[in-house]
Amino acid sequence: MSEKVLMKGNEALAEAAIQAGCKHFFGYPITPQTEVAAYMAKQMPKRDGTFLQAESEVAAINMVYGAAGAGARVMTSSSSPGISLKQEGISYIAGADLPCVIVNIVRGGPGLGGIQPAQSDYFQATKGGGHGDYHLVVFAPSSVQELVNLTKEAFDVADIYRMPVMIMGDGMLGQMMEPVEFGAYTPREIPEKTWATTGTEMKRKHNVVNSLYITASDLEELILERQKRYDVIEEKEARFEAYKTEDAEIIVTAYGITARIAQTAVNKAREQGIKVGMIRPITLWPFPKKAFAELDTNKVKNVLCVEMSMGQMVEDVRLSLDCKIPVDFFGRTGGVVPTPDEVLTKIKALYEGR
Amino acid sequence: MEQVFKRPHALVDVSEHYCPGCGHGIVHRLVAEVLDELDIEGKTIGVAPVGCAVFAYNYFECDMQEAAHGRAPAVATGIKRVHPDKVVFTYQGDGDLAAIGTAETVHAAARGENITVIFINNAIYGMTGGQMAPTSLMGQVTQTTPYGRTEQNQGFPIHVCEMLSTLDGVALAQRTTINSVKAIKETKAAIKKAFQNQIDKKGFSIVEVVSTCPTNWGKTPVEAMKWLEENMLPVYPLGVYKDKE
Ligand SMILES: Cc1ncc(C[n+]2csc(CCOP(=O)(O)OP(=O)(O)O)c2C)c(N)n1
Ligand code: SF4
Repeated sequence: MSEKVLMKGNEALAEAAIQAGCKHFFGYPITPQTEVAAYMAKQMPKRDGTFLQAESEVAAINMVYGAAGAGARVMTSSSSPGISLKQEGISYIAGADLPCVIVNIVRGGPGLGGIQPAQSDYFQATKGGGHGDYHLVVFAPSSVQELVNLTKEAFDVADIYRMPVMIMGDGMLGQMMEPVEFGAYTPREIPEKTWATTGTEMKRKHNVVNSLYITASDLEELILERQKRYDVIEEKEARFEAYKTEDAEIIVTAYGITARIAQTAVNKAREQGIKVGMIRPITLWPFPKKAFAELDTNKVKNVLCVEMSMGQMVEDVRLSLDCKIPVDFFGRTGGVVPTPDEVLTKIKALYEGR
Repeated sequence: MEQVFKRPHALVDVSEHYCPGCGHGIVHRLVAEVLDELDIEGKTIGVAPVGCAVFAYNYFECDMQEAAHGRAPAVATGIKRVHPDKVVFTYQGDGDLAAIGTAETVHAAARGENITVIFINNAIYGMTGGQMAPTSLMGQVTQTTPYGRTEQNQGFPIHVCEMLSTLDGVALAQRTTINSVKAIKETKAAIKKAFQNQIDKKGFSIVEVVSTCPTNWGKTPVEAMKWLEENMLPVYPLGVYKDKE
């Protein structure tokens, strides 16, 4: 399957998951990710898998817990209000060191919010969301092709590090039709799941999937152990794309669909002779700190962070830069998508004032 | 010499943390005996609740998962969908199954999820120190009903077997107790049937065991058994509420 096909983001994501060996999908309907579930409902029975519409997102994520603990590749998908409901289960999944993939096709919030694209769940995805000391690996694709590749990789990363991986998209990426190639991803090496509850067959000691450690020092030890794994991930898995940064005096940074808009603005600015480039984080956790920390402070005068939120990733950008370069923010929120011209105006103002 | 009484193989050889006179210990043993007798320990995956039985994952020799409070039927569903030919059971208290996890219970039952549910109804929250449960009796004094459970304030207890027996997905809904040797034998027979149903792919089977919590009832083990007989059994009549042949 290496020729290109034209596909909607949500459906391409679902297909990529099935191709990655996802055999079980548990979900609850919510706009704007319904096509993921619809595709799974159609395909899973034909491809030796299960699709189950749960009674709630709470139930769905706990079905994911059970299936992941039983050793299967499993996924759930939802949008912001549903992801809030899943937080209990996500925390337990992290606490029990279970691999799974969780998709959040983000919409405007808080509360019921709206159904238009947003990026206002960044804090929730990268700073915890549920209770306790834990992280998710968070992928933020910006095209349908990248969505496909990262979905496949998400299952590998989840299995390698025994942890939940989140794919953060938005309604625009989910609905967008783009040509994609499914053969483009090379699978990574996956350890055997010797810890899974598959039945002892009276041949081994029982396996227990659990997040309860009643002795404080035991729990601390386990968390420190997990932290070491997080350190490896920060070292090895942080990813970003740099665009026209070599001579740039202004750096725009944005992720997901917003990066596509920002890139258009960067190109327009370049046509007007403005030395501007872009850093696009691909992993939101681990955050690609080095991409910012290693910017040449003599050359780069300003960093402009563009988001579909009131400014969430901008905090990580500032932390990575450690006050060495001033950081500005431009955002639209509530489901309003920024236009390239709005971003361009902001770039021009910074360039003139540098 | 013939050994006539021994620890079931499926029960881990450790001392359990349950209080004297607590029903959990008895029912654990019955479940383990059934796993032995049906010879299914090696293909069984159990799901422990949040409640006094939270450490059940340390007590059964089969593979175990520990679920979030009330979510055991959803976790069991996930396991069963991955391993349809393995045996999956949950073990849950009344707060777990009939308060915070009501939705998960009802929908697993409605789907006819082919799992076995062991439900311990002790009319109170044991683990957290004796608060009102959905199954607490009218007038029952608990830490959170210091003036007794009233119609006006907390409403009425939930009758789980009666409620679930209305659902088509339920194969077995049976209520038993543990106040005598005979009752314990009946409980074991019901548990065995609930597992056999799963092996026979009949659907959702639940055994509700009317049980004791001497510690939080503020009673001795003997008084607790008497309280169960005099107060709980009239409200929770024993019997088979659904048996799909
Ligand atoms: C989400 C959540 N809420 C509350 C608790 C606290 N909690 C632990 S056990 C329990 C009640 C257990 O009662 P029951 O299910 O009747 O079991 P028992 O202890 O009586 O066997 C509660 C409320 C928790 N662990 N998690
Ligand atoms: S508190 Fe009650 S339910 Fe818990 S172990 Fe003690 S007697 Fe049993």
